[in-house]
Order: sequence, then structure tokens, then C-alpha cells
Amino acid sequence: MNVTQWILPLAAWVLAPLMLGIINRVKAKFAGRRGQPLLQLYYDLFKLLRKGSVYSRSTSLVLRVAPSVSLACMFLATTLLPWGGLSAPVAFAGDIILLAYLLGLARFVTVLAALDTGSAFEGMGASREVQFGALAEPAFFLGLLVLVLQSETLSLSSIMSELSAATWQSSAILLVLVAFSWFVLLLTENSRIPVDDPNTHLELTMIHEVMVLDYSGPDFAYILYGASLKLWVFAALVVNLLVPMASLPVWTQIPLFVLGIGIVAVLVGVVESILARLRLYQVPKILIGSAALSLIALIVKLMD
Amino acid sequence: MELFILGCILLLCSGTAVVLLGRFRVASWIATLGVWAGCGLALIPVIQTLGGHCPEPLRLAWSIPGGSLTLGLDGLSAFFCLPILLISPLAALYGCEYLAHEKKSLGSVLFFCNVLIASMLLLMTAWNGLLFLVVWEIMAVSSFFLVVFDDEHAHVRDAGWTYLIATHIGTGGLLVFFALLGRQAGSLDFEAMGAAKLAPAMASVLFALAVIGFGSKAGFIPMHVWLPEAHPAAPSHVSALMSGVMIKTGIYGLLRTLTLLGTPQSAWGWALVIIGLASGLFGIILALAQNDIKRLLAYCSVENIGVIAMGIGAGVLGQAWNQPGLVVLGFGGAILHVLNHAIFKSLLFFGAGAILHATGTRDMNQLGGLFKSMRWTGMAFLVACAAICGLPPFNGFVSEFLIYLVGFSGIRTGATETVVLAIVIAGGLAMIGGLAAACFAKAFGVLFLGEPRSDLVSGAHEAGAAMRWPMALLAVACLGIGLSAPLALRLVAPAVQIVAASDGASLGKALSMPIPLLAAIAWLSFSLLALAAALFFIRRRLPRGREEDLTGTWDCGYARPTARMQYTATSFAQPLAHLFRFILNPRTRGSLPQGFFPRDAKFETCTPDAAREWLFAPFFRAIDRVVAPIRRMQHGRVHGYLLYIAIVLILLLIWKAGGQS
Repeated sequence: MNVTQWILPLAAWVLAPLMLGIINRVKAKFAGRRGQPLLQLYYDLFKLLRKGSVYSRSTSLVLRVAPSVSLACMFLATTLLPWGGLSAPVAFAGDIILLAYLLGLARFVTVLAALDTGSAFEGMGASREVQFGALAEPAFFLGLLVLVLQSETLSLSSIMSELSAATWQSSAILLVLVAFSWFVLLLTENSRIPVDDPNTHLELTMIHEVMVLDYSGPDFAYILYGASLKLWVFAALVVNLLVPMASLPVWTQIPLFVLGIGIVAVLVGVVESILARLRLYQVPKILIGSAALSLIALIVKLMD
Repeated sequence: MELFILGCILLLCSGTAVVLLGRFRVASWIATLGVWAGCGLALIPVIQTLGGHCPEPLRLAWSIPGGSLTLGLDGLSAFFCLPILLISPLAALYGCEYLAHEKKSLGSVLFFCNVLIASMLLLMTAWNGLLFLVVWEIMAVSSFFLVVFDDEHAHVRDAGWTYLIATHIGTGGLLVFFALLGRQAGSLDFEAMGAAKLAPAMASVLFALAVIGFGSKAGFIPMHVWLPEAHPAAPSHVSALMSGVMIKTGIYGLLRTLTLLGTPQSAWGWALVIIGLASGLFGIILALAQNDIKRLLAYCSVENIGVIAMGIGAGVLGQAWNQPGLVVLGFGGAILHVLNHAIFKSLLFFGAGAILHATGTRDMNQLGGLFKSMRWTGMAFLVACAAICGLPPFNGFVSEFLIYLVGFSGIRTGATETVVLAIVIAGGLAMIGGLAAACFAKAFGVLFLGEPRSDLVSGAHEAGAAMRWPMALLAVACLGIGLSAPLALRLVAPAVQIVAASDGASLGKALSMPIPLLAAIAWLSFSLLALAAALFFIRRRLPRGREEDLTGTWDCGYARPTARMQYTATSFAQPLAHLFRFILNPRTRGSLPQGFFPRDAKFETCTPDAAREWLFAPFFRAIDRVVAPIRRMQHGRVHGYLLYIAIVLILLLIWKAGGQS
């Protein structure tokens, strides 16, 4: 096993919470505030890990196990991510299907934990989460088909290493369409504006945040950390698409990749600052729209 | 082969022996013992066959035209025997306790249960069209009597009636199918049929007949209407047997047909893929809208049969396009999914039965919080829910992974038709998978989590050992197949070889191609479990010395939430039901609260089956209108009937005389 391959998962585990710091900083700048420290999430995590916890009397084992399962899924998901020319620590044909289903498993246990509390608000969040999840999955897989068609390989690592400067010259439109479609998924899956507002103060309108209302202490730390890893996973996919790193020297790839992730975080912050939240009824439309973008990319690819 | 027959005979004898003993508790144990012994005997030749030693087929002389009475086993039928031999003993054991408090005589249910199991086993070995049809009919009729066990309820009789008609529409298709194919081949023996040279148009007609005949048993849309009626009506272990195992005989028939019809055409593959996609999507969307847990599971069977059909369709396309990779992945995934679905669907029906047994209701909106009183059932049900959604590390993921891979690996050639196939399979499966996750999050969450929604739950108790152990075993099987994925593929290899080799193609290397991938999946599933366990262990160790409080659920400051304020099954599914209302056409009745001090408000909603409402109901009404006048002939006056007999006799005499002159 190649040690350098583990740099990326390690980077993800260490740097992922920083992304949320960057997003919040960008939002604060837009609003003319100073904003919280960049490392705020790290402080939060350490504080939560040292705390005790409170459980609802309604809950069962499911609520207690869910954070560990969902965090384990996210850890495994980061080991499937390649960067540039280097393959991921774990790579095999069809690994991307496993990646999608690991995220699915994490969602499944989180939804169950929300229903475990018996709270109407958390049930509401769970119901919305499964709705958007069901619509996001086809969009993700259609985007993937474009890349498989483009690279003629089946593993995420080889797909991404096939993307080079030459690919950009020949089929830039495909990459842009898929990247945009996946960026929309990034916003949806990580409950950012315009789909969900992580900072809202009204439980009625939340999706993801309302599902974890009854968590406290180390459990909540697991959940927050897992959420930041999930954001990293999606950002890494988008960066891999947009930066043809395979054609650059290896020593520039690591900083470039991390920089790319930072830029995605800034982008998310900008989107959150300039867009309003959509009505819930509108969300399925943008998800179907993002699936349509990938479908268009497929058709474009077939035409030439 | 003799052992197999002996097993079937043992099943029939033990069933017959207890017919009259039905009022005594010991009867169900005798019948169960018969099932265990019979299935145990039959398992020996099945395992030998899967290991590569096919037993010599048994040829008996019979005086009926159309070939010989031949019973044999090959890789395909041996694999399809596995779910029967695995689920039947567990279902019989489960039934012992499930029916223990029944006031009625159990004679009929025990007898027909054993007959059903024996007929399914014999069906797998029937190598003659006529024998196949006879056993098929025994299977249909015995399961009909099982469905109408609670025949004092009108809805059960209705369900039985629906099932009887649906299954005979299918049998009608099969009669024509075997008659046509037998005529072409000159014999009803499968070997002769397989050797017959068919014109492509004839083969396509036969294929369409097989899809109708076998599809109505398997539950393809729109022939699925009997599933959501019959499964809730039958006793739960019978539902498990029917939904987990019996509907798979339709899939077996379809695969067997493919080996008989010669070189497959791409149109057949497309037809199966489209039928599969439609069944999958409609099935899971309808399942989402149900509030009766057994109805929900029945619709979900339609979905899974759809996934299997997509896999088979992709395999057929692979044959038509001469791509061995597609053939192996498509057929392999579909056939493995047959076994997987048998395991988790029976487990789900067992779980639903345990709930029904403990609370007396199937209405999810009355239940909730059962995890606290039914820990075993809850754990097993949770495993099955995750497995049926295709989530790792369970078995459902392995077979769905193979079917996904069909889409992805076909696309690499870049041909337009492969891209269309990939869009249908990958996009369709992703959609189905997402909706299944929603559906089973709802099922498990509403049944087992939260607070009880009615008093029915307060008396709930964990099921006894005879019901618990079958569930626990099946849950372990779900995990076991997930963790030993490469072995599972080896298990289906003989069956794939038989289906795929009908055109003489050698699969060779293609068969071992997915093994390293499945090994990677198995390893990652192990790591997932280990990692989750480690994280949970760390989490438990973290707060040592720090307090852990119990309190009420945080309901956003509301101090006295009640159980009735929880999200219900209906409300959980509402956004998706609203999104797909053009398919579901939910009917709502009632009035919303009005004014400042609203008093009376009620709301009812139900989701009728579109195929039943718009396709079959008008069809049978039309038939009824046409044939109603004939009913006047049956007026109950004996001299009238004598007159009919006389008229017929005279007509026969005239015909006979006319023929001789």
C-alpha cells in the first residue's frame, strides 16, 4: 500500500471542519460582520467531546448508535476519494456505487434516529430529507454515467486520472455541466442555502438541523464532524472534476487540491450570501433540473 | 434424485397425516417436523448439484401423450430450490407459534402449506411441460386455500378471489405457451423443446406469452394486483412463503423459458428492462403510500421483482449484443437478488406477523415505539429494512451492485443503445433505491421508534422462541451474504451458466470478473462494521464520570407533547406522495378545521391501486355485462336442466348421424 495515497483521507479528516469556518467567514464578510473564528468548529468539537449528554426518554438504542454508524460511513467515503493522478487508498471498478450507498446508509440511520425521538419537528425534517435524498440520487448517478462514458473506466480513481487538460479542450461542456449538477447536489446534500438554511432559528423550516435537535455532547460532536466530512467528500468530487490535476507535477497537486476545496467553500459561502432560501415545493424542481443537466451532458457526449 | 423425491413425499405425507388432527397442538409440530425432514432430504441433492454433480434425471413411464414424466435437477433449478429449502422450514416453525392461539382447526392450513412447499420443489424439477402445468396448478390452488384461511372475513374472501383469477389468467397464458411450443417441438419434454428450431416471430410470440404467464405469478406491473390483496389476507408465515419464495417461481419460469427459446432477441431484453423499471418505480411509489404494513411489503415485492426483471433484461441484451460481461452481471445480479429478496422479504413478513400477533393491528398509524417491548423483532426488522434498501454491509447491496455495474460496464463501448440501457438501469435503480430508503425508513421508524400511537401497543410483548429464532437466523443470513459477497457469486455461477449458455456462448473469464470487486466490497463492509463498532466504543468511553441525563424530547419549547403529535406514517410519506400524485391518485375525504374555535374536523385518505381501478375493474365489468344474459339459463328449475340435456343429446345424435352418411 502506498503511503502517499493516505495523505488525502488524512487531509480530509484534519481539514474538513475548516471548510465550515471558511463558509461562515465569507458569509460574515458579505454581511459586514467580523464573523466567528475560522477554527470555530474545532473548538466546538473539542468542547462537545468533553461534555456529558442528555437523551430523550422516548429514544432507544437506535438514536445512540446512529452517530457512530454515520461517522463510520463518512470515514470510509473519504478513503474512496482520489485526487488528481494519485488513486485513492481503496479503488476498484464500481467503487463510486459504494460511495453513493455509504452516503445513503448515513442518511438512513440519521433519519431513523430523528424518528426515534417521537418529535413532530424531527419527523418533519426526516420526511423532507428522504424526499430530497430520493431525488438527488438519480442526479448523482446520471452525472457519473457521463464521466464513465468519457473515461471508459469504472473506478473513481481512474475516472479522475483520465481527466486532463486535453479533456478540457475536447469536452469542456460535459465537465462544466456535471460539475454544476454536482455542485447543486453538494448544496442539497449538505443542507445549505438555497435548499436548507443551517442558521435558521425556526424548527418548522429546517431539514437537516432539525433532525439532530435531540443530540448533545459527544454524539453531537460526531454528527457535526460527520457533516463536515460529507461536505469535504462532495467538494473533493467537484474539485477533481474542475481541476485537471493529472497533467500537473505531483508536488503541486496536494496544495492545489486543498486550495480547490477552499475555493469551493468560498463559493458555497457566496451562494449562501446572495441567494434566498427556496420554498420547499421548489426544491424537487432544482433537483430534477440538476439531473436534467447530466442528461443533457450525456446527449451531448453521444452526439459527437 | 431419489432423495429429492423422497423429501417431497415426506412433505405430502406429513401434511396429509395431520389433516384430521388440526384441533390438537401437536399437529403443527408433526407437520413442521415433516417439513424439516423433507427439506433436509431434498437439500442433499441440491447441494450436490450446485457443487457440480448433477444427479441423473428420473424418467418414469406414463400413459399421457406429450413426452415422458421426467424429473431432474440442474444448476438453475437447484439454485431456485435454495430459497424454498431455506425459508419453508423457518416459516413452518414460525407458523407453529403464530397459529397456536387459533380457535379454528389448523388441519387445512398445515396440509396446504406442506402441499405448497412440495409443489414448489416439484416444479423446479419438472422437465416436462404437462407435468410443469399440473404442479403449477397445484401450487396455485394450495396457496389459494392458504390465503383464504381466515375466510370468515369478507375482505379475505375477496382477496382469495382476486388471487384465484389473477393466477389463472397467468395459467391461461402458460397453457397456450406450452401448447404452441410443444407443437413446434413435437414433444412436451423440455429437452425436446430446447432443441426445437423456432422462427424468430414464433419465438417472440412465445416469449410474450411466457411474460404474461410467469409475470402474473411474479407480480410484474400491471399483473401485480393480487399481491397487495393476498399478502395481507394470508397468515403471516404464509405471506412470507408466498412473497419470499412462491413469486420467484415466476422468475424461474421466465429464466427456464429463455433456455428453451434459442437465441435471444434484443427486443425481449428491452421489454424486460422496461417492465422491470415500471414495476420497480410503481411498486415502490405505491408501497410508500400504504399504511397497512403487509400491504406495503406486498407492493415492495413488486418493486424487487422489477429490479430482478431489469437484471434479467440486461442479461438478455448482453446475449443479444454478444457481451459476456453484461450477461454475467445481469443474470448474476438478478439471480442473486432472488435469493436475497427471499431472505429479507420473509424476514420482514415474519416481523410484521410478530407485530400483528402482539398488537392485533396492521395499521402503522396505530403503532409506534415497539422497539422497547420487542427488541429481537426490532433488530431483525431493522437489518431487513437496511438490506432491502440495498445498503451496505447487507446482502441487498451485493446484488444491486451487480445490476448497477451492468449499466456502467455496458456504457464503455459508447454505443447509443448501451448508453440508453445505462441511463435506464443506473438512473432507475438510483431512484428506486432512494424511494425504498424512504419507504423503509417510514416502515421501521413508524412501527418501532418514537412513542406508541395507540393503546394497542401497551400490551405488546416479544414473540416467543419459535417466532424469534427464524427471524434471527434470517437476519444473520442477510449480514452473512453481505460479508461473503464473492462466495455468493460462486453460488449463482452454475445457474448463470445454464441461462447464458443456451446460445452456446462460453462465459469462462467473464464469470470470475466481478469476484475481486465483490471481495473489495466484502472487505469494506467488514471495515464499516469494525469502524462503526470502534467509534461506538470510543463514544461510550468518552463521558466517563460525566453525567448522562434522561429527559423529555425537545419539542421546541412545547412542554407537554403527546404521542398523537408525532409524525405518522401518512404524514411522513406525504411530500413524496404529493410529488407522485399523478401515479397514486390518493382519495381524500373530510373537512379541515375552521373558525377560531374549531370543533369537528376529520380527514381520511386512501390510495387505491391504479391498475385495479382503471384496468381490471372496467375489464371485468365489461365481461360481466356481456355474459350476464347467459346467467338466465341457470334458473334452478330441474325440468329446465333436463330439457338442456335432451337438446344437447339430440344435437349430438344429429351430428353423429350426419357424420356417418
